[in-house]
Amino acid sequence: MRIAKDLVAASTTPLVLGILAEGESYGYAILKHVAELSGGRLEWTDGLLYPLLHRLERLGHVESVWRQPDGGRRRKYYRITSSGMAELTEQRRQWAAVVAALENVWTSLGAQPAWEGA
Amino acid sequence: MSDVETQIAAWRAYAEKRREIGTTDTDELEDHLRDRIDELVATGLAPDEAFLVAVKRMGSLDALTREFAREHSDRLWKQLVLVDADGEKDRDLAVVLGFAALGAVLVKAPALVGVGYDDSGDLAFFARNVAVLVLAPLAAYLCWSRDASTRVCAAVAGLFGLGVVAANAYPFDPDAQVTVLTAIHLPIALWLATGVAYVGGDWRDARARMDFIRFTGEWVVYMALLALGGGVLSALVLGTFDTIGYQADEFVGEWLIPCGAAGAVVVAAWMVEAKKSVVENMAPVLGAVFAPLFALALGALVTGIVLAGGLDVERDTLILFDLLLVVVLGLLVYGISAYGPGREWSDLLRLVLVAVTLLVDVIVLIALAGRIGDYGFSANRTAALGENLVLLANLGWSALLLLRLVRGTAPVTRLERWQTSYLTVYAAWAWVVVLAFPLLFGND
Repeated sequence: MRIAKDLVAASTTPLVLGILAEGESYGYAILKHVAELSGGRLEWTDGLLYPLLHRLERLGHVESVWRQPDGGRRRKYYRITSSGMAELTEQRRQWAAVVAALENVWTSLGAQPAWEGA
Repeated sequence: MSDVETQIAAWRAYAEKRREIGTTDTDELEDHLRDRIDELVATGLAPDEAFLVAVKRMGSLDALTREFAREHSDRLWKQLVLVDADGEKDRDLAVVLGFAALGAVLVKAPALVGVGYDDSGDLAFFARNVAVLVLAPLAAYLCWSRDASTRVCAAVAGLFGLGVVAANAYPFDPDAQVTVLTAIHLPIALWLATGVAYVGGDWRDARARMDFIRFTGEWVVYMALLALGGGVLSALVLGTFDTIGYQADEFVGEWLIPCGAAGAVVVAAWMVEAKKSVVENMAPVLGAVFAPLFALALGALVTGIVLAGGLDVERDTLILFDLLLVVVLGLLVYGISAYGPGREWSDLLRLVLVAVTLLVDVIVLIALAGRIGDYGFSANRTAALGENLVLLANLGWSALLLLRLVRGTAPVTRLERWQTSYLTVYAAWAWVVVLAFPLLFGND
């Protein structure tokens, strides 16, 4: 199953913020994490994560720092800020509303999705 | 370097060519690429296969560039990066400011020996010497930034020494024609001497000369911009200090403007160099905008002169017409300095412009010849005659080359080479006026 582009685009910000809320991370690790969380169903073009991170940084939701771990490569780490946490809470609220509305629709339809059951 | 390292370096080079993707962004992306490759290799892929997959997953550079452009639209505005992270640029800036300060000091140096800006003798002294005072630091800066050889530096210094002699050896009368002529021609001669420093002594090379012509145009544009800013600064200083009861006119007139202008000469040159590869050149753009307008205006002028039944030339009008010819030449030269293929109509337009200008020049020459016939050769009339002949020869041959260019029988390089070679003629004529005219015509 491929998830539609619009849905991917809409979910990237809360996903990235949510992952960063667990602790600071860097681009590649964030992508790995997203793949794990979605069971590999949510696929991004790798490179496009970075413009998104830069946008979040410009908006003040995350901050970045270059760091060189012992014996490792120099790498850019991102950390969520308090404004980022607030944004995450807000996104969560909105998504909850959307999901709740969808749930209601699914329930009133009553039927199981075609790909499950049968 | 292993194969994958070479491939990564090549990918990085591609990414760096995109203006929208900054250097640190490339670092970040490269780090990501390496992580992905490591992971794929760990699952058993060969390194070069891993590289291909990783690049594919990164996304096409076009798509990436588009996203980066959306986020970093500021990078699309080509910027003049004044202060860079690396120390070399900082050092450059310090040296530039040093040379600019030297210019400011030099322009005030005559005041130390009692030459102010007050009487006409002092002003005449300044008019004759200002070119040496402000262009010497610029030439020195260019010699430094080009790492010019001792021979070149000595040659440029020699020309400036000659300029000092020309401006001061002869006992100039403040009101004499030759004083004004020296004040006009010495800057031209020394600007071209500065050009020798600009091309690092490579003045026989046509391309280097063309670069100097481009530099000249951009430098003029930057000087105009700096002058605009300086004007605003001066006006604000005057106005605001006036409100608190200080009269700042002396400070502004005797310090801010002369020192600022002298410093701006060097700073403008540095700005031109700093932004050379970053911003489109302005002079060719202005040239393209104004060439048709000047062609129209000159056409109207010729019609007007014919309707008025001739032209009466006086000293001021002569200078005005020479200036007009110079501007047209500038339009022509800057037009071809940014020459691209497929612009036949603009060649045609240039041909029309040059043809109309030739007409004007011939009219001026006829009027001038009449005046010389009536009153004989004075310093001014001779200089004007010489200038007109010099420009006439240039325009005439340019018209011929343009005609052949439009017909497709001569490449634009012919015209380019003609214009760049002609720089020596300007230099020679300017030096003749500066060095020989005081001796030939004296102080009358």
